[in-house]
Amino acid sequence: MDNNAIIQIRELTKSFPMGKSKFTALSNINLSLEKGEFTGLIGPSGSGKTTLLNIVGSLDTPTSGEAWVLNQSIGSLSAKEAARLRKEKLGFIFQSYNLLAVHTVFENVEFPLLLLKIDAAERKKMVMDALEWVGLTDKVKSKPPQLSGGECQRVAIARAMVKRPSLVLADEPTANLDAANSHHILQTMVKLNEELKTTFLFATHDDKVIGYLRRKIYLLDGKVANDEWVKDYHTVK
Amino acid sequence: MIRFLIKGLYYDKSRSRLPIIVVAIGVMLAVFLNAYITGFMGETVELNARFANGHVKVMTKAYAENESQLPNDLALTEVTALKKELSERFPELDWAARIQFGGLVDVPDENGETLSQGPTTGMGIDLLSSESMEIERLNIRESIVRGRMVQQPGEALLAEEFSRKLGVNPGDEFTLISTTMHGSMSLYNFKLAGTLSFGNEAMDRGSIIVDIEDARTALDMDDAAGILLGIFDTGFYDDERALEIAYTFNAGMDDEDEYAPVMKSLTQQSGMGQLVEVTEKWSVYIIAIFIVAMALVLWNAGLLGGLRRYGEFGVRLAMGEEKDHLYRTLIYESVFIGLTGSIIGTALGLFAASLLQGDGIDITGMMEGSAMLYPSAIRTRITPTDYYIGFIPGLLSTIVGTMLAGLGIYKRKTSQLFKELEA
Repeated sequence: MDNNAIIQIRELTKSFPMGKSKFTALSNINLSLEKGEFTGLIGPSGSGKTTLLNIVGSLDTPTSGEAWVLNQSIGSLSAKEAARLRKEKLGFIFQSYNLLAVHTVFENVEFPLLLLKIDAAERKKMVMDALEWVGLTDKVKSKPPQLSGGECQRVAIARAMVKRPSLVLADEPTANLDAANSHHILQTMVKLNEELKTTFLFATHDDKVIGYLRRKIYLLDGKVANDEWVKDYHTVK
Repeated sequence: MIRFLIKGLYYDKSRSRLPIIVVAIGVMLAVFLNAYITGFMGETVELNARFANGHVKVMTKAYAENESQLPNDLALTEVTALKKELSERFPELDWAARIQFGGLVDVPDENGETLSQGPTTGMGIDLLSSESMEIERLNIRESIVRGRMVQQPGEALLAEEFSRKLGVNPGDEFTLISTTMHGSMSLYNFKLAGTLSFGNEAMDRGSIIVDIEDARTALDMDDAAGILLGIFDTGFYDDERALEIAYTFNAGMDDEDEYAPVMKSLTQQSGMGQLVEVTEKWSVYIIAIFIVAMALVLWNAGLLGGLRRYGEFGVRLAMGEEKDHLYRTLIYESVFIGLTGSIIGTALGLFAASLLQGDGIDITGMMEGSAMLYPSAIRTRITPTDYYIGFIPGLLSTIVGTMLAGLGIYKRKTSQLFKELEA
């Protein structure tokens, strides 16, 4: 195994039972991601990108092959170990933000730190730092229904980033946003990637996201169709 | 985390309001019913103890077998000696001899002819000796409607309603026609000292109360009494001790002798055992009923809440919260809801009970024709138990309801979370 790799996937196959037969969502995938990458899994619906994101996020296990994430073999993790990996090392950003609607912005961002049992003073500092990264320090007491879609997604980014995860997994993060907000969100993520060296892995078919990626892994019918690095990548879009 | 959960309950009224209302209503009813049962049933038991059954009762074996017929021919004899013996052996009880009898009250006109006549059941009790506690025990002084208390031999008290039906007033004379202990006809003149209303149908229907020595004279029952009642000095019935006393007393008696005295505790007498048992077990029944009923409602509320919070649970699982932890946090929430609902419900229940603790609701009309002694009003009695009893169904039902509703968390597949959270 490559010790520099944050994600290493070897001959990974994932299939699901469908009646008496089975459906193969991922077939013989080989990939390696290093720390600090800003990479996307690109492909149409049904290409297997969310399935792969699930496995990398320790939400699912491979049928065969190996997936190592942050030096942990996903296939051999117990449910509790998988939860601990997600809690300590991974951040998630969802298409629909999935904020806790009844809680304030501060409390939404604070929640992952509560799971980590970080003390109150430290929590407050970390939450305020995360909100500063996304430019929402003035919305601390607001609740999600009072925010715009772009602001909600920025809160979701702050929530994913607040514990300084090694890897952030984002599933179609701009699907519900207009172009201006999408660019704003993506610029925020690029900035965090560069400043905090956090690895970002996207699942997307949105051109706006694709335009920001440094590495593009194209999936088609559960297989890696192309894996390319962007030459002359400029941080400011 | 606890603060986070409480904030969630506070912000999200639909998460907390319905369960708290359900718990508060259930707890309120549980507290009120317990106070009602303690009050009404307890009062019924004590009323029967004071008027008819005592906390223990001594009769001859034969009298006990035919008690409903008031068979004074089977009465206890040499009662003074027996009472002395009982007082020495069981000093925690106050002993009172009584004679119960049936007969006719005949009211004459100015010519001595019968003006009116009516059947009566009477009681001869110790009204005139200084050490007697019977007047206070039966609340006679406070029950007098017209006239005054019996002050000398030859005076009697009649039920107010009965006296009005007969047209006899305080100061008038009347004759008690009955049967002596030996089976002869008995005629005895009394002067009506006053009229009574005990406030319960069975006693007020047609009763006459006379001093026990007058009853003995009238019924030819020298040093005899139908029953000897023992009442605990504390005023409260202690079933365990009463049974122990009865067992000890009966152990020394001759089983073959029909005229030998036999002692029965309150619970060993007709219907009273069940009543005491129901009174004692009622709290358990109330708690059990409300736990089941509220748990069912809260289970459903929890299931609906689980559907509404499906996204929240999903994102929490995705962020790395363990299923066990998520399940536990739901139980913490339910404890908070249970406590809040129980506090509100207990306060409301105590308030409702306090409204009925004084005068209560008059149920005299409902008790017409009743042979059993019931209080004339439904009164609650607030006891220390009422301050905590509601917390048992309040907390248990919310916890059980949540535990059942929350089991769905364990069925959640993390592999579906991304898909589910896209919706």
